[in-house]
Amino acid sequence: MNFVLFGATKGMGRALARLLAERGERLFLVEHCIDELEASARDLETRGAQLPVRTAQCDLLAPATFAPALEQAERELGQIDAVIVTAGLFATQDQLERDPELTARILTADFTNTVLFCEEARKRLLARGGGTLCVFSSVAGDRGRKPVILYGAAKAGLSRYLEGLDHKFRSRGLKTICVKPGFVKTGMTAGLKPPPFAGTPDNVARRVLRAIDGGWPEVYVPAAWRWVMSVIRRLPRGVMRRVGF
Amino acid sequence: MPGHPPFRSKIAGWGRYPVVDGLVLTSESLAAATETASLSRGLGRSYGDSSLPARPDVPVADTTLADRLLHFDRTTGLLTAEAGVSLLELNRVFLRQGWFVPVSPGTQFVTVGGMVASDVHGKNHHVDGCFGEHVESIKLRVADGRIIECSDSVEPDLFRATIGGMGLTGHILEVTFRMRQIPSPWIWGESERIDDLDTMVAGLKKAAQAWPMTVGWVDCLARGRKLGRGILMKGRWATREEAPAKAPPLKRRFRIPFEFPRLALCRPSMKAFNLAYYWKHFQRIKQGIVHPDAFFYPLDMVDDWNLIYGRRGFTQYQCVLPHADDNGPARRFLEAFVAGGGMGFLCVIKDCGPEGKGLLSFPRPGMSIAMDFPIHSRKTPVLIDRLNELVIAEGGRIYLTKDTFTKAEHFQAMEPRLEAFNGVRRKWDPDGRIRSAQSVRLLGDVA
Repeated sequence: MNFVLFGATKGMGRALARLLAERGERLFLVEHCIDELEASARDLETRGAQLPVRTAQCDLLAPATFAPALEQAERELGQIDAVIVTAGLFATQDQLERDPELTARILTADFTNTVLFCEEARKRLLARGGGTLCVFSSVAGDRGRKPVILYGAAKAGLSRYLEGLDHKFRSRGLKTICVKPGFVKTGMTAGLKPPPFAGTPDNVARRVLRAIDGGWPEVYVPAAWRWVMSVIRRLPRGVMRRVGF
Repeated sequence: MPGHPPFRSKIAGWGRYPVVDGLVLTSESLAAATETASLSRGLGRSYGDSSLPARPDVPVADTTLADRLLHFDRTTGLLTAEAGVSLLELNRVFLRQGWFVPVSPGTQFVTVGGMVASDVHGKNHHVDGCFGEHVESIKLRVADGRIIECSDSVEPDLFRATIGGMGLTGHILEVTFRMRQIPSPWIWGESERIDDLDTMVAGLKKAAQAWPMTVGWVDCLARGRKLGRGILMKGRWATREEAPAKAPPLKRRFRIPFEFPRLALCRPSMKAFNLAYYWKHFQRIKQGIVHPDAFFYPLDMVDDWNLIYGRRGFTQYQCVLPHADDNGPARRFLEAFVAGGGMGFLCVIKDCGPEGKGLLSFPRPGMSIAMDFPIHSRKTPVLIDRLNELVIAEGGRIYLTKDTFTKAEHFQAMEPRLEAFNGVRRKWDPDGRIRSAQSVRLLGDVA
């Protein structure tokens, strides 16, 4: 299959791209930093991706770059079968409360611009009769929680959008997969104290790959977070006001 | 690409002593992570303070996010990898494709950068030398911030000082080295129960003629006539005909769930372990197909096995002693170890081949002896001093990667090559920016 990956140079995206490479898939990478793109492309080629792995510049903070990057991907690959979006920004609630500019950037990147990118991808996938759109949201969007109010709000919006896409377009062949990672040990979370059930990029990637193969509309990673969040979603407000998570 | 924000973390080597409160920088881009760092560290498998910062407030770069394979040439076997890629990952990717690293240490939980910095050796040292012999070039960020690609022909002094240089010449960003084609991913191994030291040494020397990989395990609590008894292991890659058709399955790994209490390490339990390990090999000779992980990395089966040494941590003493016809040096060393109150689970003996190109590379012709033991705050430094004095008298030297307690004057007495190494460091780092807790302890760096 032909995959376009947005954000595969780091963390969970990197791990997922490596699994796809080991299966011998055809990959196309998009992101903003050319040096990182090239290094990751060579890494994936060494690990077994179909040669060559090509790349295009695409900046999550610059929506004007989305359509040209996907166009180039379509030209190089012939046809796009699946688009995987792991790109996103993160900041702690403390940082965001202090810095409105950073808040605007995170909300724009993680909600507005991610949705705009997905819209571009959706149109192209539907035009060829469907495919897979796999997007990384977060468990942070499942409930308004003290440590992730702003980041979680953006991810909540993204999760709803993805849910709607799945409802509307599944019958037309477009499988939308909303990935909800809990705490995963990556560069993004380096230095934060991992809670119980923290995952690693590798086991997240293995599970997401099963979700992509099986067309699951929603997947929690690591799997235990599904049960954790189902409890948290049901906690009464009075409890949520008192607890720290 | 900017690095992630620095964070504070407890940092220790594999021996879990000493532990420091460090400031860690990390990034998928090593160029970003190493900009302001005083030292790079990988998976932290050196035992003592080699990968520890000189002071709690000077940052260290954690390289493990930089784990990409940048180029592999299937005709020559030349591989260029970022410094943070682990040997575990290299084996996972390449073993099934018929390639293996030219030299492998006894654990997979090391990074390529660490393999260069320690100039690791393995069971094939007598034929293939150290890892550094197979390195073509190194991309290094030196103290003034420049990024330099050095090799035998470009900045050869810097290249030779970086191999085995404990990361003290700069931050290793990328390494290009020669992988080796193997006939199958399985090992054909033979092991032999040995009664005493003379037989062990003779066995190692004889096996070196016929086998590309050899190593001995010694019961380091046996004394007198039984001194040096143990098990001699030999191996080579199995041919395609001998090897099972399937690839070696992933070995299940176990965890040690908690720190063992102090009592677990008393002399009787050590004695029992050594005895059991020795007599488990009841037949004189065993041979057959061996899983590569079981052959190269027997201890990797248990994650965090360092916890069995409890809260106080442990250290390893590894030295190489020049050959002597009567095996006097090795005998005196083992006797001094037992007499000095030393006790350990593991003692490994290996005959080394010629000295490598690394300016401070550890191996030299002779017998390398390595043993683990728990740290006792009063007794251990005294024991290490005595062993070091003996090593100096025999003309041997110690392995910095394992060292926690050696005194500067002892190290300087056993390293005539130190002046040349210091000269290269002074040239590339006149202000002494790149340094570690170990270089402060042994090389006189200012913290």
